[in-house]
Amino acid sequence: MKFGVVRFPGSCDEVDALMACRRFAEADLLWHGDRDLGGIDAVVVPGGFSYGDYLRVGAIARFSPLMESVIEFARGGGPVLGICNGFQVLCEAGLLPGALLPNDSLRFVCRQVEVAVENVDTPFTRACAEGDLLSIPVKHTTGRYYAPPGTLPDEQVVLRYAPGDNPNGSMDDVAGVCNEAGNVMGLMPHPEHAVDPLTGSADGGRLFESLAIVPVA
Amino acid sequence: MRARVLIRPKSGILDPQGQAVERALPALGFEGVANVHVGRLIELDVEDASQVPQMCERLLANPLIEDYEVVELGIDGPEERAA
Repeated sequence: MKFGVVRFPGSCDEVDALMACRRFAEADLLWHGDRDLGGIDAVVVPGGFSYGDYLRVGAIARFSPLMESVIEFARGGGPVLGICNGFQVLCEAGLLPGALLPNDSLRFVCRQVEVAVENVDTPFTRACAEGDLLSIPVKHTTGRYYAPPGTLPDEQVVLRYAPGDNPNGSMDDVAGVCNEAGNVMGLMPHPEHAVDPLTGSADGGRLFESLAIVPVA
Repeated sequence: MRARVLIRPKSGILDPQGQAVERALPALGFEGVANVHVGRLIELDVEDASQVPQMCERLLANPLIEDYEVVELGIDGPEERAA
C-alpha cells in the first residue's frame, strides 16, 4: 500500500501529510507538473495555498497536469483525500459536490475542533465507529462549506463539527464530504496535524489508518 | 476586443464581506445603504468575445456560488486610465 501526496507550488502541509501517511504505509510526494502517479494506491491532496489561491481557492490547481491524472484515478475508483486547500481543489475539479466560501467571521481561524464521524462506510473512515468524536485542528480563512439545495445527500456527509464547534459557518455543520461513489473525500480540518499525542491528539491518524487497511474481500 | 467580466456572489448565499462594508458605511455618516455585495472584476483582451462565457463557466467564475455578467467594451486594448 502506497500513498501519493501532491505538491503544488504554494502547498505547505504536504510534508506533514507525507509523515502522517508513512505512519501507516509507504508514501511519496507527487509533483504537480508530472502526469505519472507512479503506481500509488491512494492520493492525498494536501493543504496550503496552491498557485497562491489566485482567482479563487483551488481554481488554478485544478488544471495542473498532475490533477488531470488524479481526476482520472478518482473516476476509476481510486481513493483520493483532499485536506483543506486539497478539499477546495477537489470541489473545483468537480470531484466533490459544493464549494468553500470565506469564513462567516471573515477571519483566519486556527484552533482544535471536535468532529463527529457520520459515515463509517467509506475507505477514509472504516477504522472509526459511527458517532466517534475526533479532535483535529482547523486553520483556514475559506472553509465555509456550501452546496446548493438538493446536491448533498445526507450519506455523503462524512464528518460534522460537534454542536457549537462550527468554526466557519459551514452549512449544517458539514466538516467533510465524499462523492456519490464514496472514493473521494474532502475535509477542512487537518488530520495530518493530529497524528501524534505529543501535539495534543492522534485522532487524525484514523483517516490515514483507514486508507491503509486492506479491505477484506 | 476588450471584455469585462463582473462576478457576483449568488443571491441567497451569505456574503459576509458585503455585510461588513454595509455596516462600515453608516459609521462614516452614510445613511440609507442596503444590500451591499462585494464581487470581482476581470478585464481581458480576446480575439473571440463569444468564448468569454465559456471561460467564465470553466475558470473565471464558479457557477455554483457566483453569477457572472460579460460586458463587451467595444474597444481594442486596455482603456486609457483616467488621469
